[in-house]
Amino acid sequence: MQFSEQWLRTFVDPQLDSAGLGHLLTMAGLEVEEAEPAAPAFRGVVVARIVEAEKHPNADKLKLCKVDAGTGELLQIVCGAPNAAAGMKVPCAVVGAVLPGEFEIKKAKLRGVESFGMLCSARELGFSEDHSGLYALPEDAPVGTDIRAYLGLDDTLFTIKLTPNRADCLSLTGVAREVAAITGGEFRALAIEPVSPSIDARRDIVLDAPQACPRYCGRILRGVDARAATPDWMARRLVRSGIRSISALVDITNYVMLELGQPLHAFDNTKLQGAIHVRLPRAGEQVLLLNEQTVTPAADTLLIADEARALALAGIMGGEDSGITLDTTEVFLESAFFAPDAIAGRARGYGFGSDASHRFERGVDPELARGALERATRLVLELCGGEAGPVVEAVATDALPVRAPVRLRPARARRVLGIVLDDDDMLGLLRRVHLQVDRSGDDFLVTPPSWRFDIEIEEDLIEEIARLHGYDNIPAVAPQGSLMMLPSTENGRPVWALRHLLAARGYQEVVNFAFVEEAWERDFCANENPIRLANPIASHLSVMRSSLIPGLVGTLAANRKRQIDRVRVFEVARVFERKADGEPVHGFHQVMNIAALAAGQVVPEQWGERARNVDFYDVKGDLEALFAPRALQFTPLSHPALHPGRAAAVRLDGHMIGVLGELHPVWVQRYELGSAPVVFEVALDAALAARLPAYAEISRMQAVRRDLALVVGNDLPVERVLEVLREAAPEIVREIALFDLYQGRGIDPDKKSLAFKVSMQDTRRTLEDAEVDAAIALLVAHAETVLGARLRGAGA
Amino acid sequence: MEQLDQLVQLAAAEFAAAADGAQLEQAKARYLGKAGALTERLKALGKLEPEARREAGAAINAAKTAIEAALEGRRNALREAALLAQLAAEALDVTLPGRGGVQGGLHPVSRTLERVERLFGSIGFVVADGPEIETDWHNFTALNTPENHPARSMHDTFYLEGHDDVLLRTHTSPVQIRAMQAHVERHRDADAMPDLRIIAPGRVFRVDSDATHSPMFHQVEGLWVGETVSFADLKGVIADFLRRFFETDDLQVRFRPSFFPFTEPSAEIDVAFMSGALEGRWLEIAGCGVVHPNVLRFGGIDPERYTGFAFGMGPDRLTMLRYGVNDLRLFFEGDLRFLGQFR
Repeated sequence: MQFSEQWLRTFVDPQLDSAGLGHLLTMAGLEVEEAEPAAPAFRGVVVARIVEAEKHPNADKLKLCKVDAGTGELLQIVCGAPNAAAGMKVPCAVVGAVLPGEFEIKKAKLRGVESFGMLCSARELGFSEDHSGLYALPEDAPVGTDIRAYLGLDDTLFTIKLTPNRADCLSLTGVAREVAAITGGEFRALAIEPVSPSIDARRDIVLDAPQACPRYCGRILRGVDARAATPDWMARRLVRSGIRSISALVDITNYVMLELGQPLHAFDNTKLQGAIHVRLPRAGEQVLLLNEQTVTPAADTLLIADEARALALAGIMGGEDSGITLDTTEVFLESAFFAPDAIAGRARGYGFGSDASHRFERGVDPELARGALERATRLVLELCGGEAGPVVEAVATDALPVRAPVRLRPARARRVLGIVLDDDDMLGLLRRVHLQVDRSGDDFLVTPPSWRFDIEIEEDLIEEIARLHGYDNIPAVAPQGSLMMLPSTENGRPVWALRHLLAARGYQEVVNFAFVEEAWERDFCANENPIRLANPIASHLSVMRSSLIPGLVGTLAANRKRQIDRVRVFEVARVFERKADGEPVHGFHQVMNIAALAAGQVVPEQWGERARNVDFYDVKGDLEALFAPRALQFTPLSHPALHPGRAAAVRLDGHMIGVLGELHPVWVQRYELGSAPVVFEVALDAALAARLPAYAEISRMQAVRRDLALVVGNDLPVERVLEVLREAAPEIVREIALFDLYQGRGIDPDKKSLAFKVSMQDTRRTLEDAEVDAAIALLVAHAETVLGARLRGAGA
Repeated sequence: MEQLDQLVQLAAAEFAAAADGAQLEQAKARYLGKAGALTERLKALGKLEPEARREAGAAINAAKTAIEAALEGRRNALREAALLAQLAAEALDVTLPGRGGVQGGLHPVSRTLERVERLFGSIGFVVADGPEIETDWHNFTALNTPENHPARSMHDTFYLEGHDDVLLRTHTSPVQIRAMQAHVERHRDADAMPDLRIIAPGRVFRVDSDATHSPMFHQVEGLWVGETVSFADLKGVIADFLRRFFETDDLQVRFRPSFFPFTEPSAEIDVAFMSGALEGRWLEIAGCGVVHPNVLRFGGIDPERYTGFAFGMGPDRLTMLRYGVNDLRLFFEGDLRFLGQFR
């Protein structure tokens, strides 16, 4: 809501400058978004009359004017404006004046003729963009008067951002009432004198939907001159409130809406037939609106109709066919109360809004309609002439909003706000905003005025007290509480630990959007039926992701385009899948995953390290580090995103918790990635679980190590060999670990040699050579039988 | 005797001239060896009278001690020289860069969230979580947001195709409801519930995209419900947090009346720095208020007995202010040249 400070000060005039007033409004919950001066700073410009205007002797486009600026003598001024003419009143910057931009007016010679000042356009004075000619002042403008005073340019245009609960402040009256309450200034309400009817013309009103429209006032005005000019003072106030001046009748309805908060509508009375009906639409009915849009109103959209047809969308917008024009001489003025519930959301449903719907859906004072109609009538008669018929008012009293008393317990208000404020002060604050307060024992019974729609429960009153007492006056205290320690489990770790671990291993965290391109889901997840948004912001952000990997591939591609070759990134985020018994939102499975991607050189290019690209085992090492000391298991996997020979299911305690692998070459090519990245993605809850360490006795006996090299088939997974060895291992074997893998000279091309370290120990005694030899023999024999392995170097 | 002194001097000079261990051992043999000069003298003692023998013997022994000392000194000197030579040969160019990888880093907003969790954790707030695909009921209805509220339109809220009651949460506030319900359930049999103090960071979604809006962004919800929680407590906690977060007291905090369906009274929180690039400007940082009684009821809590405060902060904004980032979109573009600055 935008308004002029000067206009506001006609209702309440606190002893505060504009900045102080703005601060106060903001701190009362009427946030000032902007406070713009009506015109930039300038001085020395007065009202002047052009006495003579003749052609410049030496220039075709210039005029030589004699100007009366009230200085006692005529000033000779050269002027280039096309509209400069004798008899015209215009703003004149006299010698010594300073125009916007620190432009000082001096005596000058223009094409050989002396000029003592400058006649100004609106743009030269900075209060409008109009530069078509001199700014024409009214005939009666007093010569010599300072133009700032004459045009009221020492004004501030306030724009306040009103919260939806404060519809009562959508008018000058409303803001003024609020300013009076917070400053203690006197509120001078507009005195409204009813206009006695001088003609009998009247139109009946029928409330067919009284719940939606419990009050409707109408009045006929005849002999009206719709072409009458809008007076400057009114046009100025409208413009400074952000509303264009259109024609006298339209301007009057807008003016009264701004002044009092009551939207009005003017019909051309000659286009109406019979009684006015306020009703819901009939099947197939259409309305051509003022904005030239034809709508078929929804069943819950309230209409204004006459006996022949639907005329307008009630409280939203008038109809094109029944509206006033410049030829209108007979007006039917509407001033009504429409219930907020009957208007809310309807205009948006048709894709537009209006000043009227904005107000009605938030709540217009139900007692205001008649007064506003009287006010508008008086202005029409004053400005456009004519005669007024009687006010016809239809009321469904039962359906009018009821302002029920609300109980307030002052002690509770003090406790909730944490303030010290005695009952009488509280009562005083409430009365300042026109709340009627009655005592009831220790409590107050508070009845709000008709214009307040936001006071229904005790908290609404506590809020008023906080606001009027001033949020700044509520102390900021360190809360008191009973000190209880927070749980701190060792069976889990915070997600921060994982983030820092990956960061320490060279990965940079990224945050990608949860909605992705549908093609990503298809390509990387084989998901043909992703969760789609009903209203995506763009087609490439249209489905919910079921994996974090595509996003990381996207990050890689984007950075490769920025010529960054080495990329290591990770993300911790939620993924989404359909699942009938999903929790906590039925139908959806949404869990947190942690995923990482590495591509490019394994370490940044440097001396002393051989350059090579990151591979499967580098990233596997990072993944294992994320879970250490818990051991993961890996089994071959077929996955749409991954290279079929370089992909693994990641398992923990037998459960699959994620995937690891190199990106499929098809996607490397399609997404122009250059070299293939290696990725993993695992369930976050698995990664967060930790194990409470448990002590096992340390043996004092000597440990024995034997190495064992087995030659096995190339395609036999190491994990399988270890499994078989562990199966066969006698109790003295503590650990079997791979320490070398060899393929090449001396080994068949379809074989590989695996070297294992076998550690043996007994807790009670030193092992004897024979026992150790027997254990190794057992392992070898088992591997030979089960896997077809043979001891390396043992025959061909 | 003079001859002995000369001998000692001679030996010392020869030891000093020895360039390495082998030469030194040869020189030693010439004086202390089986046929060495001093050994010869000792052998000759037997021919002397007992009185003279004692005297000469003592003199020879003194000379021997002196020669041995000279020998040991030279040995040490040679050893030290050899060590120095070895160390010199082993010297490195200490200016060559160290080997290895480089550190990655946390996302700048994660840095903020980690600190937010730690700061609130220090006064007993625990981290709570909620789903990002949320029900209309949790996101709006239970938060006292009526059916016709503009926020419920397709204009602001992402809905899922084929579901009109499921959406992408537009704020972290639905976590309030879930946390209250869980708290009530946990303490169902107790006479009085302990205070509920949670902080819920997460991703939220709105149909909005320009220089200052991203369709996905972060929020941190905070909630404290108890028997004595007041607006003054809210002011204290938030002001304390902001000063700790920005690590300065050179900061003004302002609570300005506002309106949210789920709190009453409600406030917007503005901060103004008293120095630096943003000096004197009020910057909106969070919305907050006393939890609306209807919200407590939806959470299963009796609003007569318990009150609470709640706040919703924008950690993206906090991060921008903290590090001087001027474009929100940078957080979601994965540009390593940007993200790498926050290591």
